[in-house]
Amino acid sequence: MRYLTDRKRAVGRGAGHSGTEHHWAMKVSSVGLLLLVPAWVYVFGSALGGTRAEVVETFARPFPAILTALVLVVGMRHFAMGARTMIEDYARGGTRKALIIGAISLSYAVTATGLFALVRIAL
Amino acid sequence: MAESKRVVRPLSPFMIGPYYRPQLTSITSILTRITGNALIVGVLLMVWWLLAAATSDAAFDRANGVATSWFGDLVFTGSLWAVWYHTLAGLRHLIFDSGHGLDVPTAERMGWACIIGSVVLTVATLLIVR
Repeated sequence: MRYLTDRKRAVGRGAGHSGTEHHWAMKVSSVGLLLLVPAWVYVFGSALGGTRAEVVETFARPFPAILTALVLVVGMRHFAMGARTMIEDYARGGTRKALIIGAISLSYAVTATGLFALVRIAL
Repeated sequence: MAESKRVVRPLSPFMIGPYYRPQLTSITSILTRITGNALIVGVLLMVWWLLAAATSDAAFDRANGVATSWFGDLVFTGSLWAVWYHTLAGLRHLIFDSGHGLDVPTAERMGWACIIGSVVLTVATLLIVR
């Protein structure tokens, strides 16, 4: 027996059952990336093409290292959530679940790998 | 108390083509999704390159060889355009969300701004960054 009324269960949560949380999280991360990405493009673009010593020297400095870490963490979360929206539009059932799990796992794996590389370079 | 019934819900149909004539606003919208998701390719190459730099000279030579080859140039130049396009298109979404620019002439102007702006920013970045 459910003690919540149908109305109480539905109000503020919409057809997706999670309200505006997803949309709000995308907005917050997009504003963050709006500031982070242009600076990071400059840092990465300048480092690309250099020797290993130059690359290590760049990413050992605090600003490039912290900036890259932020881009990875915020960017890959933004990617996972955006990819989920796309998957939900075009796939259903088991395929949908498998693809969403895959996208989220890939995002975590990329974040972890990038952070490991940064830690190894910077410390 | 009414239990929620299982209903077969429709997927959102792909509208461009069979239902709607392609137009600037719809193409600039779908490009936002395409660029955002495609950026994973450039990110994978970048993270491999970064991990290789952290690992050894041999690993770096291998990854850097790919990253600075014609293939790497193609991926990173494409990603550069994609990231600028997605940034401008995302900015447009933030403007739309604030309730502005929703009339057709303004929406179309912002669509052109995304297309032209992303190309200009890509060329500018390629010129400025080394």
